[in-house]
Amino acid sequence: MSSKLQSSNNIAQARRTVQQLKLEANIERIKVSKASADLMNYCGEHAKYDPLLMGIPASENPFKDKKPCTIL
Amino acid sequence: MGEMDQMKKEAEGLKSQIEAARKAAADTTLADAASGVAPAPRVQLKTRKTLKGHLAKIYAMHWATDCRLMVSASQDGKLIIWDAFSGNKINAVPLKSSWVMTCAYAPSGNLVASGGLDNMCTVYNLKTPVVKTVKELDAHTGYLSCARFLSDTEILTASGDTTCALWDIETGKQKTVFLNHVGDCMCLALSPDMNMFISGACDSLAKLWDIRDGTCKQTFQGHTSDINAISFFPSGNAVVTGSDDCTCKMYDLRSDQEVISYQDAQLNSGVTSLALSVSGRLIFAGYDDFNCNIWDSLKGEKVGVLSGHDNRVSCTGVPQDGMCVCTGSWDSFLKIWN
Repeated sequence: MSSKLQSSNNIAQARRTVQQLKLEANIERIKVSKASADLMNYCGEHAKYDPLLMGIPASENPFKDKKPCTIL
Repeated sequence: MGEMDQMKKEAEGLKSQIEAARKAAADTTLADAASGVAPAPRVQLKTRKTLKGHLAKIYAMHWATDCRLMVSASQDGKLIIWDAFSGNKINAVPLKSSWVMTCAYAPSGNLVASGGLDNMCTVYNLKTPVVKTVKELDAHTGYLSCARFLSDTEILTASGDTTCALWDIETGKQKTVFLNHVGDCMCLALSPDMNMFISGACDSLAKLWDIRDGTCKQTFQGHTSDINAISFFPSGNAVVTGSDDCTCKMYDLRSDQEVISYQDAQLNSGVTSLALSVSGRLIFAGYDDFNCNIWDSLKGEKVGVLSGHDNRVSCTGVPQDGMCVCTGSWDSFLKIWN
């Protein structure tokens, strides 16, 4: 690749980088306190529907091997 | 000043601007904000099933949306479809290339996909009398590290060629190429609303993309090595990453920054995989040290560990109904825990 072509590629790349940074710089950001509150609320509201957090009764566990029954 | 120097100056200026804006939003940390939240209970899960059948290292697994079937990929050159309730094998799909790195189950349950060092994503139909190859998606110039179906007609891929791509499965062509990473893309995850996806790469960055317009919306930094695993928090407002730097991190999308890091001085193995429980409270992270550690996502504390594999945990997955967690390992076994 000729050095002229290489340097114009580098400039094109640099332009794209600046373009992308402009895009990312211009977004609205909320405070971490608000973001945290929302995360905590989500966890709190959904905790009761989380089987791994709440535990699963043996009778409702599809992965638990059923023990064979013996007739006495 | 030459144009190149001008661009460099402008870039540095913009980076400082972003840094300052993030700092201005950082009025607390998640751990501090959650200090009043009751700690998550000590989580002690038991192995309910050990799925035996692969003859070599397992590299990937993915749950079907029915929460019962799952697909796993091994460098023994096979995909195995398992019924996780019984532990039975439903199907074994022989792969053209045994160097597989990823597998995926379509939401419909009709298709699965795999890919790896062959640089291709191969899509298979499970519903024909014999499993058939539907398409070989061939355009990446590097290995396929991750694939996820949007539907039976569209699939997203992440590649070692530093790009991600959205494919039309019927035509076999790339609809959109997502260009911005400067290192191998190692993982991707779809947002709950399916409009966005997040990618993690060897450039230690995580990037948020708009699927339809193809643009990178946000870039998250903080890791100091390759990001191997990534997942959305169930609300869609945050993402969790796992890295070779031995830490996991949560980034909030709306405050555009890292809000907590999951790390331990005694942990010096890289994170290979991760999955969240349905409430988002628990993070299951697989490590090179053969364990899967369980983290309290809000407080940043370790609340449990899944020990039982005899080699690296390479993949982790929680089904949609959250009823268990599956770990896959280089020891050739998959384990179901709850």
